[in-house]
This record gives sequence, structure tokens and C-alpha cells, in this order.
Amino acid sequence: MSFLDLDQRLLSLAVQAELVYSPLVDIKEFPKGVDVALVEGAVSSTEDLEKIKNVRARTKILVALGDCAVTSNVPSMRNPFGCEAICQRAYLENTVNPLVPSQVVPALLPQARPIHEFVKVDVFVQGCPPSSDAIYQTLSEILEGRPPILAPQTRFG
Amino acid sequence: MSPQPNIKTLVIDGKEVSATEDQTILQVARENGIEIPTICSLEGLSPVGACRLCLVEVKGSPKLFPACVTSVTEGMEVTTTSDRLARYRRRILELLFAERNHICSVCVANNHCDLQAMAKDLGMSHVRFPYMYPALEVDASHARFTMDHNRCILCSRCVRVCDQIEGAHTWDIMGRGIESRVITDLNQSWGSSDSCTSCGKCVQVCPTGALSEKGKSVAEMSKRRQFVPYLNLMREELQ
Repeated sequence: MSFLDLDQRLLSLAVQAELVYSPLVDIKEFPKGVDVALVEGAVSSTEDLEKIKNVRARTKILVALGDCAVTSNVPSMRNPFGCEAICQRAYLENTVNPLVPSQVVPALLPQARPIHEFVKVDVFVQGCPPSSDAIYQTLSEILEGRPPILAPQTRFG
Repeated sequence: MSPQPNIKTLVIDGKEVSATEDQTILQVARENGIEIPTICSLEGLSPVGACRLCLVEVKGSPKLFPACVTSVTEGMEVTTTSDRLARYRRRILELLFAERNHICSVCVANNHCDLQAMAKDLGMSHVRFPYMYPALEVDASHARFTMDHNRCILCSRCVRVCDQIEGAHTWDIMGRGIESRVITDLNQSWGSSDSCTSCGKCVQVCPTGALSEKGKSVAEMSKRRQFVPYLNLMREELQ
């Protein structure tokens, strides 16, 4: 949403960049030779882990976008309790059809952790959500070939 | 005739300054407009050197000194900013964030938090230490206030204000190292405390969202700390 708040600046970005993958479009496989990947969310399931390793291998500049990616934020609130207690509360207590899903739904990792604990991250954009100005600055600096320095403008939360 | 305090001259960041012998490096620096980052220090409370953010370099020693509790000496040469200090300050902050569960986006102190502000000022982009995710409690037994141990950084401001300004000494610290916890009375629930006067000073001085007023939602807990030196002044007047 914060990304969409770039408003008309999206148009100037659209001429300089080609969107080759997104979870919201039809492309199933993350392509090779990607220049910039904006990744949001913590690494919480086995599928997340597989995906992030794949993305890192095929991308030049990996940007951790938002507090969940940078610090694991809200997803990490389950960490002190452990998967078993979480699944018990979510799927077994207070439900009409108690059953912990084990097919199709990816298995939870023991803890939800930030991206940089698994792969090397090149740029960190803080914020929940990061302001559209911070996102725009990050992208325009990368397009100019400079490492983005966001320090005074961004903060957690 | 009361004895005159000794005047000392020293150098901070190349600037010559003068001080009385009972002053700390931090006090002298602040009087001369030189900023040193601190979290556990609060004007009106005794300094304790808990957070170690105010570490400075002093010529002639390879050690670093916490400016808030180090007295000035004649001819001292102090450096408050350097690459080494910047590295240490960022590391200290990252360790504070990694030690407990600091989730700014859903915290009552979001945007009013000294820890969050310090991370912003020191340009901390991310935490390079593995997060510990300890299982810590929330004590909501008090009628008006809540203590969330997930957000506590053990600065001990609550302990000091309750002891030195209110005089009740309800808060104290139990345990060592990573097991340290802020406790009420004899490690009992806050609501069952006999000494607590519900004055709320601890809530106001707490730098993070660990201590908060009930009824405050996300980002609503802004604090008022101006009262601390004022109360000290009024007490001195009475004596």
C-alpha cells in the first residue's frame, strides 16, 4: 500500500524498470538475472526459506522492505511460545473442526526470523510500513547506481 | 565560611571547558552544548552508568569511560565522537534490541520511545546479533498501569525515581545478567504491592513502552519527564 502511495512517481519508475516477478502476477517461477528484488515479510515457514534462498541466488540487489523483513516484527510474536502451543491455540482450541493442517500448507519454522539471518541483504528499509518517500528514495538511488542511505528518514514502527 | 568548590579545566572534543570538581564529564559536556547519547541517564535522578551508551575516550587510557558517572579531573582530554565509539554505540543498541521483544509497530510508546529514537539517531539499519525471543510476562495486575517486561531495557530509571523522588522504593532489580528482571516489592505482582503509592512516576520516566498507563493504545503513550528536576528543586527548598 505504501508502495502504491508513490502515486505519480510510479509512472517515472515504470519507464526505468521492468517488473519481472510478483506474487500477484501469473509468473510461477522467480526468473534468473534479476537486478533488484523488494522482499517483505519475515521468514516463517519452510516455503519462505526456500523462496528467499532462491530469490537471493537470482538477484543482484536484495532489499528487505519493511519491519517484518528487517526485524521480523509482528510475526515474531509467536516465537516465545513455540509452534506446538501456537498450533494448539489456533487450530485445536476454539474451532469447530479441530485439525492441525499438514498437507499443502507449508510447515512452520520453529521461529519467524528476519531475512538477513538466512541470506545476505543489501538494503534495509525500516518502517511499518516504510513511508512512500523512503521507498521512492531507495528505488531512485538504486536506479542511479548509488547505495541508498536512509538513516535519518526512517525508523522502526 | 563554606569551602569553594575546586575549578578544573579540561578539554572535550578539542574545546577547552571549565568545571567544578564534583561534576561528571556528561554534565560538563551538556553545559557546553556537546551532545553525548544516553538512555539510562535522566536529569533529576542519580546517574548509574547502566546503558553504556555514553562511553567516551579519555587520552592516556585505552579504556572507555561512561561519561555520566566519571568525574572530571584537571587536564583531562575527552573525545566524545570517533569511529570506535560510533561502532560501540551501535553494537550496544543492537544488543538491547536483540535481548528482548521490541516490536515498535504495535507498541504504546511507538514514536515516543527513547530506544526507538536512539536507533534512528545513530543510524541503526538492522540488528546484526541473533534475536533471543525470550518468553517474558506482562504484569497488568495494577489498577492503573501495566508492566511489559518484553519492552524493558533495564535502565533502572523506575527503580531510581521510586526510591529517590517518591521514596517508596517499590521497584528493584532481581537476578543477574540475562536473567535480570525489574520486580515489585518481594518479587510479587504489582497489584499486590504494599509499598506502591500509584503515583505513576515510574511510568513517566520509563524510556520505552515497558511501563504504561492502562487505556493507552498503540502509539498513544507519550510521557512527561519535566517534573523530575522540578520536584528535586522543591525538596531542596523545603530543606
